[in-house]
Amino acid sequence: MVATILFYVFAGLAILGAVMVIANRNPIYSALSLILTLFALAGIYVLLMAHFIAIVHIAVYAGAIMVLFLFVIMLLNIRIEEKAPGAFRYMILIAAPMVVILFYELATVVFKAFSRAPVKQTNVGSVESIGNALFSQYVLPFEVTSVLLIVAMAGAVYLAKRRLNTVKE
Amino acid sequence: MSVETLNVIIALVKIILVVYVAMMVTDLILILAERRISAFIQDRLGPNRVGPQGILQPLADGLKFLLKEEVIPNHVDRFLYLLAPAIILTPALMTFAVVPFGDQITTYIAGHLVTIRFQIADLDVGILYIVAIASLGVYGLVVGGYASNNKYSLLGGLRSSAQMISYELPMGLAIISVVMMTGSLRLQDIVVDQFGMWNIIRQPLAAIIFIVAAFAETNRLPFDLPEAEQELVGGYHTEYSSMKFASFFLAEYTNMITASALIVTLFFGGWHVPFLHQANLPVLWEQIIQILAFVIKTGFFLFFFIWVRWTLPRFRYDQLMNLGWKALLPLGLLNIVITAAVMAL
Repeated sequence: MVATILFYVFAGLAILGAVMVIANRNPIYSALSLILTLFALAGIYVLLMAHFIAIVHIAVYAGAIMVLFLFVIMLLNIRIEEKAPGAFRYMILIAAPMVVILFYELATVVFKAFSRAPVKQTNVGSVESIGNALFSQYVLPFEVTSVLLIVAMAGAVYLAKRRLNTVKE
Repeated sequence: MSVETLNVIIALVKIILVVYVAMMVTDLILILAERRISAFIQDRLGPNRVGPQGILQPLADGLKFLLKEEVIPNHVDRFLYLLAPAIILTPALMTFAVVPFGDQITTYIAGHLVTIRFQIADLDVGILYIVAIASLGVYGLVVGGYASNNKYSLLGGLRSSAQMISYELPMGLAIISVVMMTGSLRLQDIVVDQFGMWNIIRQPLAAIIFIVAAFAETNRLPFDLPEAEQELVGGYHTEYSSMKFASFFLAEYTNMITASALIVTLFFGGWHVPFLHQANLPVLWEQIIQILAFVIKTGFFLFFFIWVRWTLPRFRYDQLMNLGWKALLPLGLLNIVITAAVMAL
């Protein structure tokens, strides 16, 4: 009973936040709305007893959105963005029917695939089960991902460093 | 009354007693302690007029904050400006929820046998919860700095974000080496694991890294660059007045309490008192002594926070970043390697 009410509260907040991300002209508000959405999703994970996923969700995305936030403050000129209300005026004529079709398709697929509610498993989101899965069954994808991340990081550092040198010369 | 309702009531009582009563009273004590200790260190008297030895001074301060006129400047982003103090205070109050301040007792309440844990929520992700929620606190500072629409506020907000993102890494590495020894993220397990020997002896390097990073994460001197008075007027809270200004300070003190409690839990045995078990005291007395021990240890680190603040000068910004990235981070990684090697042998 309480769980059902909480689910609808979190689901509503998630959708509200998602709509506000695209509806706001000010990118700062968009970033903050994104946090609201992610928080609501974390709440739903907690309701499914996946505490670990919920917390990692918050930890990872909170940091990521913080960086987004700083980009907005430092690189975008928010005043100009805010003063361009009619920039996409005629887009709505195409966008509205597209949205209706997209959501109709999504709804059909979701209701066909999950005609019954998924069974709530009590231990799938615990630290032990995720750790066991990551380091036994999925150890190769896990390690490959970490190598991929290191390569991406090295690439980013190399690109940034090269531009620094040309500035100095 | 069923057991379930009883458990909900116990949880609510714990939340109210710990988060609201204990934290807020400690905040008040800290305000007085900070002013009196700083006065003592600088060879002054400090506030000693309101009540005996100035004990009622924090109440007078609070009253002043409540009754002051609220000034909202015209040029601010009104919605975010009002939201920022709430954003910063909420995570500060949330983090304490998983810190164990005692063991547990089993007793009869209204005809049911209930076990009362001295911890609000015993999550199996314990320490990760604290890291995740604490990292949200920086949003309050940045949003406050941005919404104030003032260059000093914005600089303070940007500095705080860079500082917190940098020092979260060594803090996480220090936590990882503790978690490796315990084999559990649950804070109660980390405390129980230290019954034989406290982590300060087994993990001295991690303890030092964690304490330094905790100072940076709570924006306390010598790392209080986000609010460096001489350069930034007041930093991210320059444009705030009355109770909203006070809520930034409440958040800082609340974060200090949580940081001290975490240092105690991770490295100084939590509520554990050595040799208490051999004294064969009644269970209730043993529990009370353990909770008191936790309070005293946390109190010492709160004093340590204040002591350091009025002893050390502020770092320069490049020194802060060098310390974080070039000293603490490699040391933290080295510590993990050493810990892993010792555990494997």
